[in-house]
Amino acid sequence: MLCVCHILVVYMIHTTCEVSKMTAAISVQGLDKSFGSKPALDGLDLTVAAGEVHGFLGPNGAGKTTTLRILLGLLRKDSGAATVLGMDPWRDAAALHRRLAFVPGDVSLWPNLTGGEVIDLLGALRGGLDRSRRADLIERFQLDPTKKCRAYSKGNRQKVALVAAFASAVDLYLLDEPTSGLDPLMMAVFQDVVREAHAGGGTILLSSHILSEVEALCDHLTIIRAGRTADTGAFEDLRHLTRTTVVVETAEPIDSLAWLPGVHDATIERNRAEFSVGHADLNGVLEHLVGLGITTLTTSPPTLEELFLRHYADTSVTQLEADLERVA
Amino acid sequence: MNSFTGTTRLIRLALRRDRFVLAAWLLVLAGLLAMFTAMFVDSLPAQADVLRETRLMAGNAGFRMLSLASGASVGAYAMSRTWVTFALLAAVMSVLCVVRHTRQNEETGRAELLGAGVVGPAAGLTAAVVVALGANVALAPLLGLAMIVGGQPVAGSLAAGASIAAVGAAFTGVAALTSQLSRSARGATGLATAALAVAFLVSGVGNMLGGVDAGGTVAFSAWPSWLSPIGWGYEMRPFGGDHWWLLGLFAAFTGVLLATAGRLAVRRDLGAGALPERTGRAEASAALRGPFGLAWRLQRPAFLGWLVALAGFGLIFGSVSKSARTMGGSAREMYERTLGTGQMLDAWFTMLIVMGGIAVSIYVVQALLRMREEEARGRLEPILSSAVGRTRWVLSFVLTTALGGTVLLLVFATAVALTAGLALGDSSGLLLDLNAAALAELPAVLVIAGLVVALFAVLPRRAVPVAWVVLGVAVLLSPLFDLDVSQWLADASPFAHQKAPAQEIGMVAVVALLGAAATLVAAGLAWFRRRDLSAG
Repeated sequence: MLCVCHILVVYMIHTTCEVSKMTAAISVQGLDKSFGSKPALDGLDLTVAAGEVHGFLGPNGAGKTTTLRILLGLLRKDSGAATVLGMDPWRDAAALHRRLAFVPGDVSLWPNLTGGEVIDLLGALRGGLDRSRRADLIERFQLDPTKKCRAYSKGNRQKVALVAAFASAVDLYLLDEPTSGLDPLMMAVFQDVVREAHAGGGTILLSSHILSEVEALCDHLTIIRAGRTADTGAFEDLRHLTRTTVVVETAEPIDSLAWLPGVHDATIERNRAEFSVGHADLNGVLEHLVGLGITTLTTSPPTLEELFLRHYADTSVTQLEADLERVA
Repeated sequence: MNSFTGTTRLIRLALRRDRFVLAAWLLVLAGLLAMFTAMFVDSLPAQADVLRETRLMAGNAGFRMLSLASGASVGAYAMSRTWVTFALLAAVMSVLCVVRHTRQNEETGRAELLGAGVVGPAAGLTAAVVVALGANVALAPLLGLAMIVGGQPVAGSLAAGASIAAVGAAFTGVAALTSQLSRSARGATGLATAALAVAFLVSGVGNMLGGVDAGGTVAFSAWPSWLSPIGWGYEMRPFGGDHWWLLGLFAAFTGVLLATAGRLAVRRDLGAGALPERTGRAEASAALRGPFGLAWRLQRPAFLGWLVALAGFGLIFGSVSKSARTMGGSAREMYERTLGTGQMLDAWFTMLIVMGGIAVSIYVVQALLRMREEEARGRLEPILSSAVGRTRWVLSFVLTTALGGTVLLLVFATAVALTAGLALGDSSGLLLDLNAAALAELPAVLVIAGLVVALFAVLPRRAVPVAWVVLGVAVLLSPLFDLDVSQWLADASPFAHQKAPAQEIGMVAVVALLGAAATLVAAGLAWFRRRDLSAG
């Protein structure tokens, strides 16, 4: 009996593993990479399930591009595990790349080829692209494909890379700050294109600095800091970890709120108070305020910017402390 | 603020960027000249030796293509053997320096950043020119010193240095102009290099059409030489008259070019060129849709340039073959020594084939170093992010380059055979023999290709300078230069192992060199498959 149970448990664990392996488009555990003595990635974890639009956030130099280059097999990991679409990105690079498309952040093209030629070349190297989709994307991005690449601006070079990537239907799109040179109109087109690729069953990993874009597109999020995963999960879950901003007016004057657990940054003017409060302590604070007779109340959920800045600010403080220590 | 505001600051910036590059150029050039001078002093102990060797250089039209003998002294002989090489290198140094600080700055957007500061419209060009001219002004006495320490007369040594640096200064002017004409750094360098090739060819033809004085030790040139700055440099005749007044001609030539370039620079838009930008195809042709198509497309302009140059050189060299048949005296001795044949015509053709192999090697190095440029500029990333693997990408470059090199060698051999056949009035078998000899020379070229692939894989950041140095050493050790070095060192050059048509084609050498080339490529590939990509 015990034996049967045991087998059952093992079987269940096994199948769970199989399932999670199958549904993870990208799976990275404990990834390390250093350039000389300078560590770029320091035990990074990243899991992107199939069908997700996954935001990849972090300050400059945090290791986003290094991660993407390892996932593409352009750099070799020092240690840790990385699988993309169930394959080893270094060993199975060519086979893997038939199923993914990549848009680099700093697009460098062949100066004497036209944009149209580059789109066809990159498409053909991946194993072909959809002609009507190509025409449609060129139209929507308002790209002139007859111009030589040396005549393109940064934004136009980025459009060439975007058209080349999205003109083929692949399973996974790796996008490294793909819109940093685009105008707001073209950013809207980009967002539509990403949604279409997502609706078509594609998985998207979007490294970006533009928080509104990540907020608009991504359902999952990973924040990386100094080569390490600072936070990861579904966007909605992450929101709960941060504070809600509350603006309240009461019938009775508010004396102090700072003594209440979980209250931060409180400013009080007689009957009006503005403060932020942690998710877990919201109820207690509101109970206290109800006692004072609430007349108006607005609460705003945490924005991505706050989420990001919280991690970013931590980095700065840690950095500052490290600097101070070194000086001392 | 005037047109030149900010020039001083930009000069300091250029010097800061170039402090190692220019210092290395100056030291290597001076070091090489000191080495050669010492070598010639060593190998020509008696005046009789000097006389014999000088007559050889002066009397033969083929040697005059590359020299203008100016009397029987060790200094003059050293100059007739090496002057044009140094003049070409000084010109290349100047062209690269000017383009680096003008058009390359515009192409990368650095000029925009600088131009937004308090900087006049002519400041960028002026700074580049001042630095390049300054490098040549420093080069002249350094080269002079290199010969003085070799025991040569002071006046002649200084004239030698000045004549080489003057060619560098002239091509500073040429590059200043081409930087205004072309929109890309590559185009500006290409135009200036093409001008250098034409100047070299014109002066070579002028020297060949000239003759030799009654004593047989002083060659003189015909009128075409006066159309080329390299021809003026020859005519300065270090150790054989020291015609300093020709520096005036150089100054006037450079001045006119710089003034023209300056006018264009002030009047044109940032980033624009005088040659208009054309649009191209909206879709890639079927030929471009693969790594091989891309590799070919990237090297096509260089290939076509070399095709024209090698066909031209081949026709010219072939047409003077008649004078080779009657070669006697010291020339005969030299050929008998290096090539082991008494048939002067065969010896002459062998020299041409080795020379063709060396020229094609330059093309091969250029074409394969493009791999490093693709990697450094970030253009390799999108390719390797597609279904193309590293091996296929490298092989696309290696195979297109090998094919291009083969075509170039055969075209050169055919061109020589055509005019040589006409000149000799007997072309029976010449076409076949020379093409066979050219094919036998191919494995040596492929070894150079293998070396470049291995360097690209193992030392990506240093591959460009190291590859050129390796090629330079291989060329110096080839039979063409007949240096007095020990046998094992001479054998280290891939060009030392095939002497057709003077001798039978050595199949052992063919197989051994092909094996070496394949091993180098395979080793390079294995290494490249393991390493990280490294940008700029």
